[in-house]
Amino acid sequence: MYMTINGTSVPIRGETTVLEVAKREGIWIPTLCHHPGLAPYGACRLCTVEVTAGGKPGLTASCTLPVMDGLVVLTDSPRVLEVRKMLVQLLLAGAPEAPAVRELAGRLGVNKALFPLVAAGDQFPGCILCGLCVRVCENIGVGAIGFAFRGSSRKVTPPFGKPAAACAGCQACANVCPTGAVKFRRSEGRLLGEPWQADLMMANCASCGQPTVPEPLVEYANRKAGSPVGEHLCPSCRRHKAAEGMV
Amino acid sequence: MYAEAVGDIIARHPEPDGQVAAILEDIQKKYRHLPEEALHIVAEKLGLPLPQLYGVATFYTGFSLSPKGEHVVCVCHGTTCHVKGAKLLSEHLEKEFGVKAGQTTADGAFTLEVVRCLGCCSLAPVVSVDGKTYGGVKRGQVPELLADWKGGR
Amino acid sequence: MATEAVGLKNLEQQGLRTLYPGKTKISVGMATCGRAAGAEAVYRLFQEEIAGRNLDIALNATGCLGFCQQEPLVLVQSPGGPRFVYGRVDQKLVLQVLEGLVNGNLPDDSLLIRVYEDDVLVTGEKIILTEHPAEASMLAQIPFYGSQVKVATRNCGYIDPASIAEYAARGGYRALQQALRLKPDQIIAEVAGSGLRGRGGGGFPTGEKWAFTRKAHGQTKYVICNADEGDPGAYMDRSILEGDPHSVLEGMVIGGYAVGARTGIIYVRAEYPLAVTTIQEAIRQAEQHGFLGANILDSGFDFHIKVVKGQGAFVCGEETALISAIEGRMGDPRPRPPFPAEQGLWGKPTCVNNVETWVNVPPIVMLGSQWFTAMGTASSKGTKVFSLVGDIQNNGLVEVPMGTTLRRIVYEIGGGTGYFDLKAVQTGGPSGGCIPAEIIDIPVDYEALARVGTIMGSGGMVVMDERTCMVDVARFFLGFTNDESCGKCLPCREGTRQMLDILNRVCAGEAEMQDLTLLEQLAGAVRDTSLCGLGQTAPSPVLSTLKYFRDEYEAHIRDHFCPAGVCPDLFQLTIDPEACQGCTRCAKVCPQGAISGAKGEKFSLDQGKCTRCRACIGVCRHWAVKVVPREVQP
Repeated sequence: MYMTINGTSVPIRGETTVLEVAKREGIWIPTLCHHPGLAPYGACRLCTVEVTAGGKPGLTASCTLPVMDGLVVLTDSPRVLEVRKMLVQLLLAGAPEAPAVRELAGRLGVNKALFPLVAAGDQFPGCILCGLCVRVCENIGVGAIGFAFRGSSRKVTPPFGKPAAACAGCQACANVCPTGAVKFRRSEGRLLGEPWQADLMMANCASCGQPTVPEPLVEYANRKAGSPVGEHLCPSCRRHKAAEGMV
Repeated sequence: MYAEAVGDIIARHPEPDGQVAAILEDIQKKYRHLPEEALHIVAEKLGLPLPQLYGVATFYTGFSLSPKGEHVVCVCHGTTCHVKGAKLLSEHLEKEFGVKAGQTTADGAFTLEVVRCLGCCSLAPVVSVDGKTYGGVKRGQVPELLADWKGGR
Repeated sequence: MATEAVGLKNLEQQGLRTLYPGKTKISVGMATCGRAAGAEAVYRLFQEEIAGRNLDIALNATGCLGFCQQEPLVLVQSPGGPRFVYGRVDQKLVLQVLEGLVNGNLPDDSLLIRVYEDDVLVTGEKIILTEHPAEASMLAQIPFYGSQVKVATRNCGYIDPASIAEYAARGGYRALQQALRLKPDQIIAEVAGSGLRGRGGGGFPTGEKWAFTRKAHGQTKYVICNADEGDPGAYMDRSILEGDPHSVLEGMVIGGYAVGARTGIIYVRAEYPLAVTTIQEAIRQAEQHGFLGANILDSGFDFHIKVVKGQGAFVCGEETALISAIEGRMGDPRPRPPFPAEQGLWGKPTCVNNVETWVNVPPIVMLGSQWFTAMGTASSKGTKVFSLVGDIQNNGLVEVPMGTTLRRIVYEIGGGTGYFDLKAVQTGGPSGGCIPAEIIDIPVDYEALARVGTIMGSGGMVVMDERTCMVDVARFFLGFTNDESCGKCLPCREGTRQMLDILNRVCAGEAEMQDLTLLEQLAGAVRDTSLCGLGQTAPSPVLSTLKYFRDEYEAHIRDHFCPAGVCPDLFQLTIDPEACQGCTRCAKVCPQGAISGAKGEKFSLDQGKCTRCRACIGVCRHWAVKVVPREVQP
């Protein structure tokens, strides 16, 4: 099976979406809500491309566009560039400080903000509602946060706006956040998750006694494994132990 | 406090299709809102993540996390009603009740809401109170209607 | 087989006995519109008086006859005579009718039409109530009903919706009986051959959708009836659910059989409580009589229908959002492909069709695809129910063949706009655009409407006269879509917000010409990148009004003037002394007492008291009240 991207015929080797094929070919398509480890979500629309033949013609998101034999796609047509810039303008109105947004704006030649800043409302600063944190939290099986409210009031939040009781402290959300709006930090032996008001006790290293890993995460791991995972060591002590074992 | 009643409600809706919405609707009817504790119970009993229920509770206009008044006064803001003065009528009612649309009067008697279309366009502007529809509502009629509504149904 | 045929026959006979009881029968239109107009009080009065005077008269409730303007509607039928249809019935008329029945002289007041015969569409039968001149069929007596062809609304206003027997008496469930004797592929072929297209707005060929669902892999499949009718001003589906619930059920069972589904779900807005209870009762009756449940009509086919209520979100009219809602989630749409026909409810193949689509199925099965294709245009077959509302003399629900011109609908059926001239007709609700008066001769079908920048949508037709500001209309619709956006995708959530912001500024006289350019570019981007139909069509009212009424936008921006006199900051009213005849009407109607003058002399308007409600414009017959720019900037 073959498809055409930007005039070049490329093979389809088991990929399911056009975005995947483009990535493989080293063709840049901007994304914000995409993550290779999660199912495509289709929320940011930055990956929009133009189908000119072999399928329904017009613009569509490439992260959810199934590959098809004979599909002809343009990733940088004038129309695609036009709408992409407009989407970045909308992002700038909501999260002007986010590095990922600024980088994208720079790359696309968007120098001047066209829209007035949107009042933050209930949203925490920098959040672009890409949903990565929610999706990864659900995917991992913790489900401490979710979307709530509708439309312009939509936000990511723990239930009832209260501290996220189910948070395990795995920090996957912070890890996938494209704007750095989700932040965790250590404070006096506790782990604090900024937007979720998560406040977790840390379990100590069995060897050096330093706070190592959030307690709820230990419980989560034990639950997943079906039995206690064993003593926890901080990365440093673990390396020592491993090294000793090799001598 | 909610465990038994919520348990009963859940038992009345065993089938998965539309189960969550139906259960929440019954809870909303009974308590005039969705109490936080009740949602916790539903999450636990149905084995659903609490954030999912919170999302549903906040997404649909039929659900409310804070108690609604005894009587819900809905002013239709559909296209025809809009053209026939729904906005002015709403503003007038806001003054009468002393609350903004979406809010409940201090005595808990009335919640004033805006609804998008009740489908009685030939009778614009339309107001629905506790499910009863009033057509061709003029501002002058409001005091009389209020007395009607306060008198209860 | 024989047993269930007798069952249906018995039911028909039972229904005929109550439809034509051999004594006087009075039916009161008790659908939501009727009740909102006071039908309950009318019904109660009939009840009390009939009992009190010991009259042998049958009294029942019926659905919506479509002439909502004239509610409460009452139908009076005596053996050997025509059926009298009265409109705007009040207490006085109730008593007059009863007097008239006693003394043999029914009143002429408020009489809309006389019905001389009943046509039963699906069986082709004609029941003659009384001899009459050939031209006097019901549908030809008054312009409102002239040109109407009742297919989807064939039973609304004819039967008691709570009576399955009366449904059967008008040929109900015969199509199901017939369909169960055919092979599913034969039914799909018939529906495909009819050219029936989705009536909810998508206009997707129904036969194709059924074929995809049938072909999809899996034992478990679903059919869904989308009754989440959310367009402001459109209430056709509610009318059908309240007036002829069994036609929906029959269509769904046939559809289920054709695609291989055993479960049907009707997703109906909780804001339609009467429709909900009506359809739930109809389901109970259908189960009781073996038209739903196990082994329907001895065919070996099992099918159950349940009702799921929408809890308040316009976006749930979009099929994937609707599916999310049934699954107990927020109404977030999902990317398509995969389409619901492949992967829908709970991941199973699901066929979602609108109420009006489903009710077209039984007649197509009974009368054949060629009967259907004989109506309509090349691309759009059959009929369509429209809700004709707004600045129109005859407000209500009308069903016409596709291809009927908008002129005919507005002027013949609708009776025109009255004193003020037509400006535009908005079709397709918040997802549609406007059709300006200049192109009123357009035939109404899917393609013709798309060509002028609008859509048929679910059938809402809002007529707007010259007192309407088209910028305000665009703003109204954007306010709606922005509020109803689910918020998942960036262009819809943020784009509608920014579009609304610009429109608000235009209406406040705070915008610049470059804002108009930005508005247009943004509108195009939202249309082309949004995830679902809500976002993709949200810009339509803006793009359409910009196309046909750009001068109005420019007046708002350049001149800080709203020519139509709607945007409060951008106009004021004045009485032109040259035109004023001193008739006093404006002064009488002004709620603020802002107009003064002596009869026969020139009147004047006090700006300080005027709230610009425009009641005066509504009553002036000399074009003396003028809309002029504000003298003082706000």
